[in-house]
This record gives sequence, C-alpha cells and structure tokens, in this order.
Amino acid sequence: MTPADAVSRTAAASESSSPTQARPVLSARGIEAWHVESPIVPLIALAFTFEGGAAQDPEGKAGTAQMLARLLDEGAGPHDSDAFQERLAARAIELSFHAGPDAIGGSLKMLLKHADEAIELLALALAQPRFDQAAIERVRAQMLAGLRYQQNDPGVMASRRFFAEAYPGHPYGRPSSGTIESVSAITRDDLVAMHRRLLARGRVKVAAVGAIGEEALVRALDAAFGALPEGGDLTVVPATAITGLGRRIVVDLDVPQSVLRFGTDGVPWRDPDFIPAYVLNHILGGGAFTSRLFQEVREKRGLAYSVGTSLVSHRAASMTWGYTATKNERVAECLTVIADEIARLTRDGPTDDELQKAKDYLTGSYALGFDTSTKIAHQLVQIAFEGLGIDYIARRNGLIGAVTQADIRRAAARTLGDGKLLVVAAGRPTAM
Amino acid sequence: MPPHRMRPAPGLVCPVSATLRTDAAPFGRAEAGGPEVASFVLDNGLDVVVVPDHRAPVVTHMVWYRNGSADDPLGQSGIAHFLEHLMFKGTETHPVGAFSKAVSSLGGQENAFTSFDYTAYFQRVARDNLKTMMSFEADRMTGLILDDAVVAPERDVVLEERRMRVETDPAAQLSEAMAASLFVHHPYGIPIIGWMHEIEELNRTHALDYYRRFYTPENAILVVAGDVTADEVRRLADDTYGVVAPRGARPQRLRPREPEPRAARRLSVADPKVEQPTLQRLYLTPSCITARDGESHALELLAEVLGGGPTSYLYRSLVLDQGVAVNAGAWYMGSAIDDTRFSVYAVPAEGVTLEALEEALDRALARAPSEALSADAIERAKTRLVAETVYSSDSQSSLARIFGSALAIGESIDEVRRWPSEIEAVQAARLAAVAERYLVPARSVTGYLTKSREPAAAAA
Repeated sequence: MTPADAVSRTAAASESSSPTQARPVLSARGIEAWHVESPIVPLIALAFTFEGGAAQDPEGKAGTAQMLARLLDEGAGPHDSDAFQERLAARAIELSFHAGPDAIGGSLKMLLKHADEAIELLALALAQPRFDQAAIERVRAQMLAGLRYQQNDPGVMASRRFFAEAYPGHPYGRPSSGTIESVSAITRDDLVAMHRRLLARGRVKVAAVGAIGEEALVRALDAAFGALPEGGDLTVVPATAITGLGRRIVVDLDVPQSVLRFGTDGVPWRDPDFIPAYVLNHILGGGAFTSRLFQEVREKRGLAYSVGTSLVSHRAASMTWGYTATKNERVAECLTVIADEIARLTRDGPTDDELQKAKDYLTGSYALGFDTSTKIAHQLVQIAFEGLGIDYIARRNGLIGAVTQADIRRAAARTLGDGKLLVVAAGRPTAM
Repeated sequence: MPPHRMRPAPGLVCPVSATLRTDAAPFGRAEAGGPEVASFVLDNGLDVVVVPDHRAPVVTHMVWYRNGSADDPLGQSGIAHFLEHLMFKGTETHPVGAFSKAVSSLGGQENAFTSFDYTAYFQRVARDNLKTMMSFEADRMTGLILDDAVVAPERDVVLEERRMRVETDPAAQLSEAMAASLFVHHPYGIPIIGWMHEIEELNRTHALDYYRRFYTPENAILVVAGDVTADEVRRLADDTYGVVAPRGARPQRLRPREPEPRAARRLSVADPKVEQPTLQRLYLTPSCITARDGESHALELLAEVLGGGPTSYLYRSLVLDQGVAVNAGAWYMGSAIDDTRFSVYAVPAEGVTLEALEEALDRALARAPSEALSADAIERAKTRLVAETVYSSDSQSSLARIFGSALAIGESIDEVRRWPSEIEAVQAARLAAVAERYLVPARSVTGYLTKSREPAAAAA
C-alpha cells in the first residue's frame, strides 16, 4: 500500500466516518474486511480476530492460547524479539495480541506514513513467529509472575472460583491465563501446534478504520493475512450452561472486604432474545447510575462502591454475571438486597417508564461507543465475529426500540428464572 | 467502569505487564498546530476552552475545578474526593438523581474524577443536548444541597471504595507508604481518597465549607470538545454559566514547598498475601510547572528512554541481558503543580532477591548517562512520545482531558501545543544532566513488597 495513494483518495471523501457506513472489502486471496474510511486524523486502526481461543488449550496446558498471543511479537521472520520490538518502537507502531475463551485477536495502530512497515511486521508476527526458546522462557516467567502477583487478589480469586464452579470440567471453567502448574508445563511444541490450529486465514474477521482507501486496504489484507493457511483444526467446544445455582461459596482470605461474584442463566448474542435480555440487564445492573442495583446497593445503603451485572456471551455458553464488594460484616445484607431486586424485577417487571428510559439510554448512547478509530474497528470485528451482519450497527437501535414488556418478561424467565444464583465471596464474610 | 472513578494513582497498576506505562504525560498531548482550539473568559471569570471535532455529532462537556486532594484542609484528607461523590446529590432546582436521570434518558454518559491538583465532572452527549448539560452543571456549581440522609451512606460508599482499592491490596499499601515518605512536607504524600480514619470523620459541614470555598466560576474551567463552534459555546455558556455570580477572586491554594531532601529512605510492606515480590523506587523531581530550562521535557524523555516498554534501557539491561528481572520500567508524573515523582520499578526473576535486584538496578542507573542515551534510543523515544499526540487526537474525550488538565495546573494552551516540538528539541546532554541531578539517593524512596514470614504479624 502506498500512503500517498491513500491520502489522495481520502482528500475527496466525505468528512463523515460513521460506522454505519462500513463497507465490505474483499482481497484477492479471499480475506474480507469491514472498512470505514476516515481521513481526518492521519492514522489507521486495524482490528482482527481468529475463531478459536483458550477453550482450545490442551488438557493440563491452560494458558497456551494466551502464551501464544504474547509470543507473536517476540520475534518473527528474520528478527529476534529485541529487533522486532525495536522496529515497532522506531515507528511508534502499536501492535498487540490477546486471547479470550473463543478467539485470538489483535490490534494494530499506525501513523499513515508508516503503514507499509506496520503491515509487514504484522504479517511476520502472524505467519512467521519464531518461538525462540529464550523468548518462550521470558514470557513464561512474566506470566508466572503475573499469576503470583494476583494469587491472593480477592477479585481474581473470586472470579476464578466462580467460573470453576459455574462450568466444572468444561474449558470455560479453566482460567484463560492458566495456573502456575499449567503455564509451567507448556512446551514449544504446544505453541507451534496451537499457532497452526488457530491462525487460519479462512477464520479471520478484520476491520480497518482511518486514513486508508479501499485499494490500499485490499493490498494490505493480502500482505498481512495472505500467507496464512486457509483452515486449521479446531476442537468442538461442547455447549454448556451455568451449574451450581443456589450455592453460596466462600474463598477464605484475610481481608476486611469481601469481593462477590454472582451469576445465573443468560442468552447468547445471536439469540433473538438477546436484545430484550440486554435491556433487562441494563435496568437491573447495567452501566448507568440509574440501575436498580446501583440505586439499592450503593445509593440508598452505601453497601458498595461498585455493583453491576452484564451478559456474558461465549460461543458455547451464556450467563448473566454480577459483581460487587462490601465489607465482611455486610455481605449477608448485600446479598439479600440483590436477591430482592432480582425477585422484584422478575415478579413485577419494570415500569413502563423505566423500560422507556432504558431504551432511550441504550439507543442514545450507542454512538458514544464509536468515538475513536480503534473502538470502531473493535466493535466492527466483534459484530463480524458474532455473525450479526454488516448492517447490525444501523439496525441495532431499531431492535432496542421494539422491545416490549412481553419481551422483557420472556427474557427474565430465561435469564433470571426463579432467582437462584451461584454466589462466590472471596474474603471473610461474617455471614452469608 | 464504576462511576466516580478517581485517576489511578501510579503503583496501583499491576507492575507485571510488559507494556505497563503509568504514563508520563497522563493523557498524551495534542500535536503542534493540531486542533483549532479557542479560548475565552466569561464576565464572571469562568475560563472556557473549545476544541472542535466534527467527526461525529457528539460533544464532551467537562468542568474542571482548580482544587484537588492536595488542597484538602489539614485533618480532612479525602474531602475533595468525598465532595466529588456528593456533587451527585442534587440541588434546590434538581433534586437528588435528577441530573443523572436526565443524562441517562438522553443517552448520555457521565462521570467525575479527583486528582491531586483538580476535580473534574463530565458528560458525553449528542450535540443537541449540550445546553441541557450546561444548565445542570452550572446549577450545581453553587446550588448543592446536602442533608445527613445522603451524606452518611455516601461516606460508606467511599469507605468501601478505599477498602477495595487499598485495604485489600498490599501493593497499594506500599504505594501509599512510599508517597507518604517521598513527600515529607507536601500534601502529595497524602492519598487522593484520604486516610481511612479521616474519611470516617468527614461530615456535611466539612463538605459544604469546602464546596463554598472552591466551587466558584473564577475557579472553574469549562472545556467543550466536539461538534460545536466557539461562537455557539460562548452563547450557550453566557446563558448558563454566565448567570452564576462571581466571588471577586479565585480561591487561594495554600501549598507548602518540599524542603531539599537529604535522606535516602527505604521501606517495605510485608504481607502473607504477597506471592510475587516487587521493587519500586521514587525520586523527587521538578514538575512541568516547577521545572526550569526545559528540565521537565528532559525528564519525560528520560523516563521513556529508561523505562518505556520492551526496547527501553532498563528492560534490555535487567530483563534481556542480565535476566535478573521479568519486567522493568520507569515513568514520570510531569503534570503537577508542585515538585513531583519519577519512578523506576522492577519485578525480580525467580530466585533473585530484591536486594540483588536493587543492586543490579543501581548499577544500571549509574551507567545510564553513558550507556542509555544513544542517538537511536533518544530518537525512538521522541518518535513514540510525539506519535502519542497524534493517537490522542483521535479521541475527543482525550483532547478535552489534555487541555482541561493542563489549564487546571496553570499551563497555557500554547504550552500544550508546543509540547511535541519541545520534546523533539531536547538534547542528549540534557537527559544526562537531569539523570545525574535528580536520580540520586538523597532524593529517593525505595520500597519492597514482600511476603511476611509470620502471618499473624501482618493481620492488622
């Protein structure tokens, strides 16, 4: 790609960079990207995600996908780790990789004038990582230090135990970052095999936002992803659901405040009931100061600094997941307040006014999540990954607006159900 | 993120991540000649900054007050932050919750934060709702009403916040102890959130006294970034903020100055929960306001060269070459009114004691003026710092924060705009000079985070 070409194309483009105007672009080698051209700031943000993540970790080797993600920029092609990092730093190219339960992905941000070099480095990292033993051992030591650093962190302890109890014996019950034992056991062969399985060009979703024209993007896609194999060998992750509803578990830790994690059933993003469940979740514990849990737990009673719920949508499972933290003496009271609000919402539903306000908020605020090139690119890739269609951003507010009380009741029955929760508290609660 | 978030204090961030950068220029800086920024002053003394950004029909509306935790009255640590929470409790015109409900029903987002030198409130809304936000925000500049029924639970919220951030986290306790030791006289040594025992005693009277002293038009800065023009903002601001009566003068900040430091200080936090020891070091240095002759720019660049990521001098020396650490880095908190902190940190490799790591760190720092400051390394650091300014111009709220925080500590818009070219102009000799002047034992506090051998001793 030639930056000059991109500039001349963008000079004529409209000033609008609305993500609703994302257009599909197909490269010669068959890689599709969603593209938003925005010439105003001289940078390009690229996001990409490959199907298959930590749930593909071999038995006893939890952390392999994350270790792979951390090693891709630790030496590739002719460059050892230090040389590769120096090339990135010399051009202020920001390249990062991450692995979640279902995907390994990454992000590339570059100044327009360094686009060619950035794409070249990305291509090397994806197709020709070196996995030098020194780099493996360094990354392993960093991961182990990270695990030890968080080993007695109440939030981390509560979350790990929560997912272990929710999905026992299932890959989603294992921590993506692994354990001291599993990270210690990962070999170079494991990483090479994982790389071959996960990084396939037939399973990648890409989004590009910024000062790049369509022709330049087409060339960049083939340059970055074209050398990868078409397909890899993924294990089927069996569908599962949260277990242990009704149980309350304490992870003992000598701290004055208990961190609480609680959860129940959910619906996945692709499900037709997801949007009603999302509106319901906003009313119960979504991210605004107006949610019921925020009002009842924090504003009225001062029980906690943060409290909320969110919908977790994995490829093969979904749940409603909540968090808060309160001093040990008030844990029982806090859990009662949460249970009461869930029961009240399930029994009576939201008021019409409450439902309308939630819809107003969710539709009005949607655009605020698209305020930087990087955020737009990541949202687009997420939507592509979920298979919701390139017009989803344009359709989404209509879906929210159409949610009725009947939809909410149906979603409540499927998610909050009879109100039984799996609860994990890390701390030393005086009562539960 | 939870509401009423404070700016994270450095050191609260897990020091293990290889890409950690607790940030030299906290919000990056705008590129030279970057956005067309306009500024003016209302008749009542309120400063206004407008940063046009027409990419999307939204605006970021912020009000910054020139008071932060370092202005807390003696014995009332945490009052700036507590008041920030209480500012959401309503006025005569808009009872408790009305503002948040309005923001929410308009599809807006809101929050606030408290730092050492300022407190700020913001909303992000569609451009057509800007005037509504301005009316609410202007109203709570002087109209706050507090009764004990809302003050008491909110104090509990702040106590839970402190338990979450500090009381359950030995690393945060080390950071607090190190700051308290570095600043022997200046209130930067007091945590933004306040000490537990003093938060417990804060009450309605403290809050209202503090509010009446600092929440005035002369003490505030309005920043609007987004799909607006300066003329529009001036008209809307005159109609809303313009009607708030002036007090005649800006309130005084009473800040003691640090004495010249003489003693190298060492301390440790030992806790049975610690499984991964870490080494932290702070040095007392000038800030962008107290520095002379460009020393602050030199310190920004020095932090980047020494400890900005995996190509930095400390990472290469301690992690790659010697293998005594799994991570190492540096940062400089240049954006401060008074003398500030420069930090280096390292996480030991397995089997390496903190004592051995500290020796290796000190050897590396001693050699830094001759070994770390190659032309290539300096060029790389300049490129990265300047690129950050372009990257941050992609974010409307980053731009608003950059200009708001700069003005709140007494910098000018021109200084912000000149920043990249001044970074480019720093000479290698200046880096060596500031390293030799400021990274010295007498200006330092060294902290160890370790596992305690006797669990009972640490169960306080």
